[in-house]
Order: sequence, then C-alpha cells, then structure tokens
Amino acid sequence: MTTEAKKRNIPDLLFSLLTGLASFTIILLILGILATLLTESWPAIRKFGFFRFLFTVEWNPVKEVFGAASTVYGTLLTTFFALLFAIPTAIGIAIFVTEIAPNFLKGPIGAAIELLAAIPSIIYGMWGLFTLAPIMSKYIEPALQKWFGSLPVLGMLFRGTPLGIDLLTASVILAIMIIPFTASISRDSFNLTPSVVKESAYAMGATQWEVVKDVVLPYSKLGVFGGAVLSLGRALGETMAVAFVLGNNHRIATSLFDAASTITVTLANEFAEADSDLYLSSLYYLALVLFGLSFLALATAKLFLLRAEKKYSR
Amino acid sequence: MKKILSIAVLAVVLSSSLFAAQAAETLNGAGASFPYPVYSAWAFEYNKISGVQLNYQSIGSGGGIKQITERTVDFGASDAPQKPEKLATGKLLQFPAVVGGVVFVVNIGGVKSGELKLDGSTACKIFLGDIKKWNDKQIEAMNGGMKLPDADITVVHRSDGSGTTAIFTDYLSGVCPAWKDKVGGGTSVNWPVGIGGKGNEGVANYVAKTANSIGYVEFAYAKQNNLVHTKLKNKAGAFVEPSFASFENAAETGTFDPKQDFYLWLTNAPGKNAWPIAGATFILLAKEKTEANKKVVKFFDWSFQNGDAKAKELVYVPLPKTLKDKIRGYWKANGIL
Repeated sequence: MTTEAKKRNIPDLLFSLLTGLASFTIILLILGILATLLTESWPAIRKFGFFRFLFTVEWNPVKEVFGAASTVYGTLLTTFFALLFAIPTAIGIAIFVTEIAPNFLKGPIGAAIELLAAIPSIIYGMWGLFTLAPIMSKYIEPALQKWFGSLPVLGMLFRGTPLGIDLLTASVILAIMIIPFTASISRDSFNLTPSVVKESAYAMGATQWEVVKDVVLPYSKLGVFGGAVLSLGRALGETMAVAFVLGNNHRIATSLFDAASTITVTLANEFAEADSDLYLSSLYYLALVLFGLSFLALATAKLFLLRAEKKYSR
Repeated sequence: MKKILSIAVLAVVLSSSLFAAQAAETLNGAGASFPYPVYSAWAFEYNKISGVQLNYQSIGSGGGIKQITERTVDFGASDAPQKPEKLATGKLLQFPAVVGGVVFVVNIGGVKSGELKLDGSTACKIFLGDIKKWNDKQIEAMNGGMKLPDADITVVHRSDGSGTTAIFTDYLSGVCPAWKDKVGGGTSVNWPVGIGGKGNEGVANYVAKTANSIGYVEFAYAKQNNLVHTKLKNKAGAFVEPSFASFENAAETGTFDPKQDFYLWLTNAPGKNAWPIAGATFILLAKEKTEANKKVVKFFDWSFQNGDAKAKELVYVPLPKTLKDKIRGYWKANGIL
C-alpha cells in the first residue's frame, strides 16, 4: 500500500472506529443496566429466591414481605386486554389504509396515526383520569354490568362498584397508546405483499374481502405478529398513563372493575420513599423481572420479524 | 474570529467566578417533599439578608436520609422521625422544623365541611373494610342520627410512598389495635381496601370524582383547595376541627424530648383541642460536620424567628415557642449554635 492510499484510508478508519464505538456503547449500557439491577436486587434475591418472589402475592413494606405476583399479574393482565382491544382495531386501520381507502384519504389517516404515537403518555393519563374515567364509570361500565353481569363465568369479570379507575380503563388507554405501533407496522407489512399477486387475485374475480383474507393477511401475518409483540413491549413498560387510572393496588384482581398495579407503576410510586434496604432492593428486583419480561417479548418479536423477512426476500 | 474567541473566554472566566462565589455560600439539602415550599420560601427571604443560597432537592424522605447518611448533603429532611438508636449508628442529629398534619376528606351527597364526625375506631373500621356503608349504625350514632346514604364506602389512599401515609397509619395504629396487628404504620402499607391515588392531588381527585368516598390528604392541601373535611375525636375525647389552633395545640402538648433527639410521632397528642393526626417534619445533620451544621442551624434559627408568618401563609403550622427554645438548647448542647 502506498502512503497515498494510507492517507486516504485514515478518515475511513476513523469513521468506522467512531460508529463502532457508538454501537458498542449500547451493548455496554445494556450490560451495565443488567449488572446494576442484579447487584442492587441481590439482597432481595437472596431473601426471597426466584420462584417465591414471583409467586408471593403479598407486598407489605411494613412487615418487609415482598412478592411480585400481584404486580406481574397486573402488568400481564393490562397488557393482555390492551392487545385484545388494540390488535383488531389496528389491523382494521391498516387494511383500510392499504387496500380500501381512496388515495386522498391515505395521507391524512396515516398522519393521524403517527400523531397519536407522538402524544406524551402523561397526557393520555390525564385525559384518562379527567375524561375517560368518568365516562367509563357513569355509562360504559354500568351498561357492561347490566348486560354481562349475570352471565355464569363471564359475569365474574364485571363485578364490583364501577369506579372508572380500574383494569378496564387502564387497558383501554393502553390500547389507544399502542394502536399506532401495531397499525403502522401492519401497514408496512401489508405493503410488502407483491402487487402482482394481488392483481392476479383480482383478475380471477376475487372480492376485496377475499384478497385481504387469502392473499394479503397470509403474506404478512408474521410481520403483523411482530408488530403486535413490539406493542406488547411498549404496553409492558408503560407507566404514567396507567398510574393515573389503574388504582394502584397490590391485590390479585378478579374483576375488570378492580384496581390493580403494574411493575412500572409500583416503581414510580414507591421508589422515592422506600425507606428500608430490603424494600429498595425488592423494587430493583421488580425492575429486573420487568427487564426479563421485556427482553423475552422483544426477542420473540425480533425472531418472527427475521423469519418473515427471510421468507419474503427469497 | 478573534472577537468571538475573546468573548467566549470572557464568558468562561465570568461564569466560573460566579460559580465560585456561589459555591462558597450554598447550603445543600435533600429530602422530604412535604416541607419543600416552606423551606424554599424561607430560603428566598434568608438569601436577601445573608446572601446564602439554599439548594434543596425534594426527593423524598427516604432519599434525604440516605444522602445525609452518605454525607453528600449538608442536611437531610425526613417526614418520619428517626429513632435515637438509628441516629446514633448514622452519627446524626435531628430536630423538628415545622408541623403539618393529615385530614379526612369525604364526598357524600349533602354533607358539608365539618359536618361529619368520626372517631379513631370508626375511621379504622372504614379503612379496614369492616364498616362498608355510610349508614352504618356506628357512624350514625356518632353523628346524632344524621341521615347518611345507604351506599358503599369507597376508600381512597395514597399509592405512592409518603410521609402523609406514615403519619396517617401511625395514627390508625395508635387508636386501633386491629390496624396495628393487620397493617401497621409506614410510608406505604398493604392496604386492605380501596383505590390508590398518586399524591395529595391524586387522592383529592379520586374523592371528588367518586360519590360516597373517603380519603386522607395533607392539611395544607385540603385547606388550599377547600375540600370537604370531617371532624375527628381526639385523645381528650373532644370532636375537633382541623385548624391552625388545633394543630398548634397538638404541637404544644406533644412531648418532644431533646434527649431523645425529638423523636416523636405527633399523633394523638393529649391537648384538649389537639388535632389527633399531626406530625412534625425533621431536619437531619451530620454530627461531625460542625462548620456546615453551624450554617444550617443559622438558617433555621433565622427562620424560627422570622418565618412564622410566611409558614402560615403556606398553611404550615409553625413550631410553638417552647419547642423552639428546646431546639436552641439542643443546638447549643451540640456546639452548633
């Protein structure tokens, strides 16, 4: 190599070094967070063990008995119901935008979805507390109770005084917050469907419904699934909006009208005044559990998206 | 280019000299959020006459105790009094700074402020979930046959850990053995019933939005927002209103002892007119840092002399004179006044 070539290579070398450094910082950061969580929660891990911590319902700072069951349960339940409400809506939006809407509508609807994603979560929380919760407690929840309350098993979900500050309201807010993610990822996956295939289906006399059902959805279902799991990650970690409307209680809720608590809400609520070492350590332990949960969710999503990409790049 | 450079240099020199001047006269404190408004109001006035800056971070009592124990601040602040043994291991000094308290707020159709009377035992049963409806005989008997609705009571409590909850649950533990047994006292507890709101504003909001509910908030918060409060039976057996007078009476009749580093939960004070759910908020100092402590004490001594009106304006209850004198004696005994 001549000196001339070496000289020219220096900026290149510097560039790759800098970008590489930036990328490795991320890995270092994640490892650092994991290490901090592990060391800080070590006293609680030693005291309660893994399974005992995970399956103990009691969360009692006074007696220093800490278990994650109620918060993990609350986290999973709000997330589950949020996905239940959000995914069908989001897929509907995506189908409308990609297949059905006339061109002049596609832009505005797409922009509206992206705007929804840009609203800070505390705004959702306040809107939930001041606007949605009263509507839920006055109109929607009593109606639900009237219709479904007397059914044998399903009725269990609608027991109790409808206060509007409960699992149902929290799940609805979460659903609204994750719709943009699911909708835009679904839209992108639908767009991946080759137009040749769609056009052939139409040419053979398929209706719009048949094209969506038999061509677009099968082509993009992995992508849609990936999007759903990404929203799951977001729903798992959402804090402020939920803190406003969930009622914050460390109990196992049996009704949709019960108050509950999630991991992040508990952390936000109790961190500042955690006055004993074991209490603080148990809060870190909760954070570690959430770290694990989110990692699992995102890893699954990544896996499915990768498989989807492989399948359609061929 | 030269011009820009010289301006930049000038700016750096100027700002660093400013920082230096500030650093020499800054008091660093951290802790309880409840007294933050009054500390900063006092500090603002004190700064005008002394030039001393107070940098107070209201990060919560737990954080305040931690920071002063690790000696990263000049003083810590805690809503909960620390036991003398704990102070001894951390080599800390402790004294009260200002008094506050907790009142019940209710939302029952037709019931106005100060109309409903409660005592320790009924309040405890409501918060335990043993009394479920407002027209319960025990509540109606106490209120001279006042007509109360046949409706489920919704209990609202704090969801975040807080000194307010610590004072409130200490009160319930004091008046009600069942509470002490099942739940106990602390900054957050395992609530048997109810929903949790974040902060005073969260509780007040839930109570305002939920018919037939009861919650507890700081006295100052209830007063500033004209919330519907209840009367409460005190240790002497009288039904009292939450007011400056009844809080002052509690502070005067509480037995703060300098030998115990003023360790005292001010609940169920014996005074005739004393509001039963009061509590002082405390300042913690590092025992060996005499020079820094002198500066902190100078600030609080000045505030004790000149800050009562300001405190009342912000709805904090100033310490009674006898207690202030006791604190000055404590400072002298520790060589920091």
